[in-house]
Amino acid sequence: MRPMSLLKHPFLLALTMGLLITGCSHAPEEEVALTEPTQPPTPANLKATDHPLDKGEKIDLTWDLTEADVELIDVFEIHKAITQVGDVMIEPSFELLEAVPAKDAFRTGGKRGGKFIVDALNRHLTARELKKLDETLAGSDTPFQVGKMVYDSDGEIWDDHPTSPISYVFKIIAVGRVPQPDGEGEADENAADLLLAATQRIEPLRAESAVTDPITPGIQLFDGRLGSLCVIVLIISLSVIYFIIAARSGKPLKIRKIAGLEAVDEAVGRATEMGRSCLFIPGILDMNDIQTIAAMTVLARVSKTAAEYDAKVEVPNCRSLVMTTARETVQAAFLAAGRPDAYNENLIYYVTDDQFGYVAYLQGMMVRDKPAACFYMGAFFAESLILAETGNSIGAIQVAGTAMPAQLPFFVAACDYTLIGEEFFAASAYLSGEPDQLGSLKGQDVGKVIVAIGLLVGAAVATVATITASPAAWDALNFILDKILA
Amino acid sequence: MKRTVPLFITAAGGFILVVAYFIPHTQDWGEISLIWFDIIASFAMILGGGNLLKIHLSKVSDRGKGWAFSGVTLAAFILMLIIGLSKMGVHPNDNYPGFAWSGNYRETGAPFWWMYEHALKPLTATMFSMLAFYIASAAFRAFRAKNFEAILLLGTAFIILLGRTAAGVVLTGWMPERLSGLRLENLTIFIMTTFNTAGNRAIMIGIALGIASMSLKVLLAVDRSYLGSGD
Repeated sequence: MRPMSLLKHPFLLALTMGLLITGCSHAPEEEVALTEPTQPPTPANLKATDHPLDKGEKIDLTWDLTEADVELIDVFEIHKAITQVGDVMIEPSFELLEAVPAKDAFRTGGKRGGKFIVDALNRHLTARELKKLDETLAGSDTPFQVGKMVYDSDGEIWDDHPTSPISYVFKIIAVGRVPQPDGEGEADENAADLLLAATQRIEPLRAESAVTDPITPGIQLFDGRLGSLCVIVLIISLSVIYFIIAARSGKPLKIRKIAGLEAVDEAVGRATEMGRSCLFIPGILDMNDIQTIAAMTVLARVSKTAAEYDAKVEVPNCRSLVMTTARETVQAAFLAAGRPDAYNENLIYYVTDDQFGYVAYLQGMMVRDKPAACFYMGAFFAESLILAETGNSIGAIQVAGTAMPAQLPFFVAACDYTLIGEEFFAASAYLSGEPDQLGSLKGQDVGKVIVAIGLLVGAAVATVATITASPAAWDALNFILDKILA
Repeated sequence: MKRTVPLFITAAGGFILVVAYFIPHTQDWGEISLIWFDIIASFAMILGGGNLLKIHLSKVSDRGKGWAFSGVTLAAFILMLIIGLSKMGVHPNDNYPGFAWSGNYRETGAPFWWMYEHALKPLTATMFSMLAFYIASAAFRAFRAKNFEAILLLGTAFIILLGRTAAGVVLTGWMPERLSGLRLENLTIFIMTTFNTAGNRAIMIGIALGIASMSLKVLLAVDRSYLGSGD
């Protein structure tokens, strides 16, 4: 008899999963009701150490803590104070940072005990902040010096980047448990509120730790939070480089047809036949945006085709630097097409940096000159639909490409062809057909495989964690969220 | 040389920014390279302003098509430039009362502020307000029920549009609590947070990978097309 495969029977598979899940789940532990506030043990051996692999904004706090202690403690209050800024000593004035539930602060395993990571610490203070902390400085009407920086009596400083390091001290206060209202979840809301109010009137008992030695958070060589991102970037980068090398060595690479890019020649050809111009709009961001760079690669192709067909390409710009780059691009394209004499730099010009001023100009120009082909390539915002609808109303053939997800539906609705996200970035490789560039697209696919695996694993872990409430699954999910996706 | 130097600057600037992101000690390098970009962009602004003057002056002098618009552009440009640079009507800073130009050029009530608030802002708001009408005309075309996919799109759009208005809430407000998920406003939230978010994220992942690949091509000078041609 052939063994029955559960995979071929979805119902049985679901039933089995359900039974397994039910079996894995366990009843919540019963808690012993308290009758009076508990005396928490004093947190002993509190130590502050610099957090490894950070940007100098974290300090690790550790102290002695046992499972028995956790039962007696409700929360740990974490307090911090500044003791020194540069050469200036300051009388510590503690402030509450956070109240951490005792169970969350308890660390199991080899290094048992309490642990808390103090995050988002300042490495520098402005002069005004420093004056607020220090009474001597606050009352002073003479200039003062901290490290290399000299401040005037108002605490004003010309340099925005004070370089004085800050030293911190910490203390923790263990707050004991107080009686909780009975019958939680059974009583109606008003009764629960009354009980809660009564509970809140009972003052918990507290135990304060000793103050730590002063510590200055240090900057490490590598920001550990970005470790997983760094690994992913390296894998994708290396795979792109590998496929570029493979393509150079003659490995055949296939790329699917992208209708929007195929339409470039068609649009320019149509403009030539109609004796009208082509309008190319490279978005409204500057050259430091990758979309504008991608737009320039498409502009190179449009210009080259226009030069071959003897068509006119007009490029109004929203940024001066984009204008100069576009001029270089178009000039080189005309040169490559063997038509350097046909290049007219006056067709590539600056309009305004103002978003809607630029749109007003383009709209007016489109209505007056009626270009036969409009290309919208780059970063667009609210102006995308205004431009595309105006182009549509004058009957121009329109090709758009952007990586702004919010603008894509507008372009899809109003344009003939739209390059969606990654297609836009693939344009230069697609249009050039060079093996080097096609190889980079193949390398990009490795990234997609990584993302797909990550999606499946993440979805599976999250589902299991939610249904079974298994601590191991939750740990795995938290690891993915905190360490990989963070 | 004309090609090698820009490629080298691009690669150096790009790699510095990448390194600065991961290595805290080099964060200042990244900031410095971005300041350099701002400096270059500021110089390019002079080029842009000069180009604007050149283009529009030639249009006015040639009496070409729409030359009057060029005249208005030139007049507005020069007027704002003079008012802004001269800090016309701006009061001196309290700390430096002896220096007439020490005040903020955007001081409330000054001519530059007045021109910005009462000329530029209403004009830009007018342009932006046109978007509503363009959305209506684009929606009219996009939501024609030509095939199954278009019908799905139309139905979804209908739910979302109605669910975000008071009418949508009133229309399905009678539904009992156990069927509250079918109320239009809740259906809208469900569609936006489930289907829309999923689709959006798929596009975003593609874009992120595209940006990574494109950036690498530019940094390694594999893609030189933004400099004109691949040669």
